[in-house]
Amino acid sequence: MYLKINGEDYADLPDGMTVGALLDHLSLPRKKIAVERNLEIVPKSTFDAAVLADGDRLEIIHFIGGG
Amino acid sequence: MPETNNDPLIVAGRTFNSRLIIGTGKYKDYAENAAALDASGADMVTVAVRRVNISNPTAPMLADFIDPKKTTYLPNTAGCFTGEDAVRTLRLAREAGDWNLVKLEVLSDPKHLYPDMEETLRAAKLLIADGFEVMVYCSDDPVFARKLEDMGCAAIMPLGAPIGSGLGIQNPVNIRLIVEQTKVPVIVDAGVGTASDAAVAMELGCDGVLMNTAIAEAKDPILMAKAMKHAVKAGRAAYLAGRMPRKKYADPSSPLAGLI
Repeated sequence: MYLKINGEDYADLPDGMTVGALLDHLSLPRKKIAVERNLEIVPKSTFDAAVLADGDRLEIIHFIGGG
Repeated sequence: MPETNNDPLIVAGRTFNSRLIIGTGKYKDYAENAAALDASGADMVTVAVRRVNISNPTAPMLADFIDPKKTTYLPNTAGCFTGEDAVRTLRLAREAGDWNLVKLEVLSDPKHLYPDMEETLRAAKLLIADGFEVMVYCSDDPVFARKLEDMGCAAIMPLGAPIGSGLGIQNPVNIRLIVEQTKVPVIVDAGVGTASDAAVAMELGCDGVLMNTAIAEAKDPILMAKAMKHAVKAGRAAYLAGRMPRKKYADPSSPLAGLI
C-alpha cells in the first residue's frame, strides 16, 4: 500500500495496516505525537482500530523548541 | 521547588508561579534550554508543532529534557500565515499534548513578523468555539486588543518590538493603554533584548513577559535567564509599589531646615 507521510512517499507498506501498527513500524513513540489522516485528527484512543487505506495522506507531529 | 508566591500569574484559571514565560527555540541544544528554564524560574514554555523526523525516530525530543508534567507547554502557531493553518496546527497540538491552553500567532510578512490581525481575529474565534483557551500574540493596537478580549481570549500578548529584534519596549504608550483597559492578563510577547526591557514591561503594569531570543542568543543564556527572572520580579514589585511622580526640577532629599 502507498501512503504519503509528512510529505514523503512510502510505497511498500503492508495492506490493511492500522495507524498503531504504522507507528510501531516507524518506531515512533505514541505518547508524544499526534496523527492527522486526510486532514482529520486520529484520536490516540483509536490508533489500533483506524485501518489505513491506499493513498492516505498522513501528518505525524510532535513538539519541538519554538518561541 | 517553587518559591512561595503570593502574587502568581493566573491565566484561564490556571496558576503560574512565575510571570516570565520563555521560548524553547534557538538554543544550542535541549540541555542548554532546560538549564536556562531552570535558571529563569519559569513554569510555562512555548513550543512549536512540527513534523516528526521519520528517518531518525531516536533523535532527542524536547519532552526528554523539559517534562510537560512539571512545566506547562504552550503550543504556538509560529510559522502559520492563515487562520486555517493555525487552527489545524493547534488541533494537532491538543491531541499530542492533551491540553487546550495555546498561543495563537498568525504572522504576515517574514521581514517584520507582525501579526496579521484580520486572520488572528478569525482564528481566535474558531479556536474559542472549539474549546481552546487562547493566549494571543497581537499588535499593540488597543482597539484590536479590546476585540480579542471581548471575543474571550485568555491573555492579550502585544509585541514590544518585532519578534527576535531585541529592541526593547518601543511602544510604552500603547502597552500602557492596553494594560489599563484589559481585564485578562496582558503579557508582552516579543521585543525584549535585555533585563531592563523586561523590567520596563512589568513597570508598565503588564502581568507577564514572554521571551525567547533575549535568553537563547545571549552569550551566556543561563546567566541571562537568571537576570530575566530578577528583572521581571523587580519590575513587578516596582509597579505594585507605585513609582514617584516625575518632576521638572530637583527636590533635595536632605531637609533644608536646620542648616548651619
